[in-house]
Amino acid sequence: MANFSIKHQPGFTAIAATCFVVLYLPIIVLVFYAFNAATSTSEWGGFSLKWFQSAWQNTQVIDATVRSFQIGSVAAVLATIAATMAALATTRTAAYPGLTFKYAAINQPLMVPEIVTGVALLIFFSRIKIFTGYSGLGYLIAAHTAFCIPFAYLPIRARLENMDLTLERAAADLYATPWRTFRRITLPLLWPGILAGLMLAFVISLDDVVITEFVKSGGQDTLPTYMLGQIRRGITPEINAISTVFLLLSVAIVTLFFFISRKRD
Amino acid sequence: MVTIKQEQNLPPRAGHLNGVIVPEQPDKNAIEVRGVRKVFGSGENQVAALDTVSVSIRENEFFTLLGPSGCGKTTLLRLIAGFDFPTAGEILLYGQDIAPLPPFKRPVNTVFQSYALFPHMTVAENIGFGLEMLGKSKAEIKARVGEMLKLVKMEALAGRRTSQISGGQQQRVALARALAPQPKVLLLDEPLSALDYKLRKEMQIELKRLQHETGITFIFVTHDQEEALTMSDRIAVMSSGKILQVGTPWDIYDKPAERFVADFIGETNFLTAAISGMGGGKARATLKSGATIEATVAEGFQPKDNATVVVRPEHAKLTSGKGDLSGTVENIVYFGTDTHIHVQLDSGEAFTVRQQNTRSAGCGFERGDKVGIQIGNDAAQVLRD
Amino acid sequence: MATAEQVAKEAERRDVRTRWLLSAPALIIIFLAATGPLLIVLVYSLLTPGAYGDVKWQFSPEAWLSVFMERDIFDDTLSLAAAHVTIFWRSIKLAIVTTIATLALGFPTAYFMATRSEKTRDIWLFLITIPFWTNLLIRTFAVLQIIRNEGIINTILIKLGIVSAPVQILFTDTAILIGMAYVYLPLMVLPIYASMEKLDFRLVEAGYDLYASRFQVLRRIIFPLVRPGVIAGSILVFIPAIGAYVTPSVLGGGKNMMLSNLIELQFGQGRNWPLGSALSITVMIIVMVALLAYVRNAGRAEVRHG
Repeated sequence: MANFSIKHQPGFTAIAATCFVVLYLPIIVLVFYAFNAATSTSEWGGFSLKWFQSAWQNTQVIDATVRSFQIGSVAAVLATIAATMAALATTRTAAYPGLTFKYAAINQPLMVPEIVTGVALLIFFSRIKIFTGYSGLGYLIAAHTAFCIPFAYLPIRARLENMDLTLERAAADLYATPWRTFRRITLPLLWPGILAGLMLAFVISLDDVVITEFVKSGGQDTLPTYMLGQIRRGITPEINAISTVFLLLSVAIVTLFFFISRKRD
Repeated sequence: MVTIKQEQNLPPRAGHLNGVIVPEQPDKNAIEVRGVRKVFGSGENQVAALDTVSVSIRENEFFTLLGPSGCGKTTLLRLIAGFDFPTAGEILLYGQDIAPLPPFKRPVNTVFQSYALFPHMTVAENIGFGLEMLGKSKAEIKARVGEMLKLVKMEALAGRRTSQISGGQQQRVALARALAPQPKVLLLDEPLSALDYKLRKEMQIELKRLQHETGITFIFVTHDQEEALTMSDRIAVMSSGKILQVGTPWDIYDKPAERFVADFIGETNFLTAAISGMGGGKARATLKSGATIEATVAEGFQPKDNATVVVRPEHAKLTSGKGDLSGTVENIVYFGTDTHIHVQLDSGEAFTVRQQNTRSAGCGFERGDKVGIQIGNDAAQVLRD
Repeated sequence: MATAEQVAKEAERRDVRTRWLLSAPALIIIFLAATGPLLIVLVYSLLTPGAYGDVKWQFSPEAWLSVFMERDIFDDTLSLAAAHVTIFWRSIKLAIVTTIATLALGFPTAYFMATRSEKTRDIWLFLITIPFWTNLLIRTFAVLQIIRNEGIINTILIKLGIVSAPVQILFTDTAILIGMAYVYLPLMVLPIYASMEKLDFRLVEAGYDLYASRFQVLRRIIFPLVRPGVIAGSILVFIPAIGAYVTPSVLGGGKNMMLSNLIELQFGQGRNWPLGSALSITVMIIVMVALLAYVRNAGRAEVRHG
């Protein structure tokens, strides 16, 4: 007992190590087989980039990717603007009538299983489609914006709550009007939170399968719904290749997000 | 002491208690707080942070609001700054009621306890912020910022981010930033509390210098009685949302009006006495020991038979013979510069005597000694309560 | 001139008004594209199915009856719908087992992360965050490639001679369970880690000082203090697990349906939108019950730690 460590718990390190290995192993295998020359994903036929090439030449893949980015960028920007405004309205204040309601309303999309929201939107939007005849990407963008808001709201609110109200008071003390205080003090300090919210919203939109699957009209596949369709039909290493590129993108965004939101000043 | 001399030069002081104001020279008052109440919360949870406070602060004065935390001193400062609005009453700045104005329309600036320097701006940008908001020209801002940097001796660090400078330097920047727009009154909310002892002492002198050089009225909030005594022209002692006494440091220390003031500032002996023969601001107080001493009487004292008399430990002398009081030495505590001798009086009360140390000898008494205590002329004060 | 009191009241009123205006866009978008449509689902669940999907605007309780019952085509008698009950049972069972499995793995992992040095802690957190934000479909697909008959697990088992023929894991309940535990593990680890990071290890020292064993310290000190994190993690796993769509679709192969697949079926080949709506609301009710339990538990945990 010479080195009694108070933090040690028997077996915990082993379980943790297993978890980290298990979390990454399937992803590594998936990426590995993306470079497989063989058609089957069970044998190794040598290194090749042919599946990346085939995905690149697949117009369906490119269309779905472009669509994913269109929806993702518009929805993320709209959601971030709405979430920033909502965060300003719901933080750093004494409780006022309606505050709890706002919290509940903003977080509501997180509390309902995606399948239920998907069904609800399917019904609602199909009615509107009949009424208006419009069947463009607007429905998907609206749906994505709605479920991205609580995610964008999260880091923005966190940032705001950690911001010292005294700074804004100091600005007011130094003759800055409320609007100039917002422009010169609040917004610059909030910026990392807004950026983090924007990236989170974009990733969340890019990842969505269920709601998109229910809301999309014919020919409106996003990359994830296209992939789901392919996987259900049977798999080729082309899916591995697409997944690899997708993964790379996600990791890049998450890394950026991680460092922005961790940055302390 | 300088402050005593100033007291003699200043006009007789204005009455200040419980809403009754007799401004001697209203034009010379930078700030006049009239019957200000501030209530927080509503319904059953109402708390009166300020309970009908009135006080006048003169031009060019270093005025201190002193009291324990929660006494309302910071609330009063925030009302003057405009971060809160009073529930009732007026706050006059050179005769104009500023209570309803938002902070950005008041020509007063604040040095915050946490400094509240803008982290995304440089030292110079921080100092120039107020001038920029006032719409001054670039050239004017540059000149004034340079002047301010010089005033607080920070020229070398003008381009630094505020996170890259030390606490003491941040303090100087905060001061420069608040002084740059040349406010009519500067508010300081416990600005020295975050500094370590040595730096605090330095900044106390620095603050006095800045006040002297700029000629701006300073309103200083602190809970540190020593800081208040050494720095202020006048002090308002606050407790539970009320101002108990306003006066020079000398007034506050030597002529406390109430038990709270006497107790909060310095160490004091409280004795019960029978009062007789009042007149000329003095009274004869007969102590429990039977001795009768002459004592000054607190302002606003209502004549009554029994009252509390205070004697500072350094104004009493211990003798081995007979004195005004007699008792037994209970405990002796050595403090380096002086020694505190705790005496259990024969009347049952406790009394402490502070005795200057000499290098060669001990204090001359031992625990258990029967001793007498002599109370010097003019050493005792009768309290109001 | 207005008094300070009036000015303060007016400022407060204006502040509340501004706050409502600022939150309006978010509230409106969420109401139109998330919350509001849920009410329409409720209405639809009480209507008659249309011949080619959608509904006829005619009241019918049939959809709600069909959630657990089926009507005999010959004599109209109601009996328990065995197929639906099986699917409900499977969904709830799998969601609970997934929650327990992720807790069993996630708690030690969070503990491990929280007991690292300040510097390396961020690296571990980063490693758990990456899968958290990586596409769920891709992660499910990755699991599929591992557990299928030609996958790495079966290949190794056969090569080592442990089994002669591939073990059928894919398209079983076990596959769904493995998949869900895999994809939802970060959701369990992160909130527990958040609580664990705040844990004051001097309390653990105090526990050992007062003669507690390692297990007693874990059970009597650490666990009660991180309970809010454990409850939050369990809820975060349970809610998506009960309505999981992607994982059972990919790993269950359409044979082992879960609630979401049953709901989807009603809007596809089933052409029974009212039943699909009624089933959706049933899922919502299950989730709400779980959330209510969470709120009650979280409230209790807060009271306990003052």
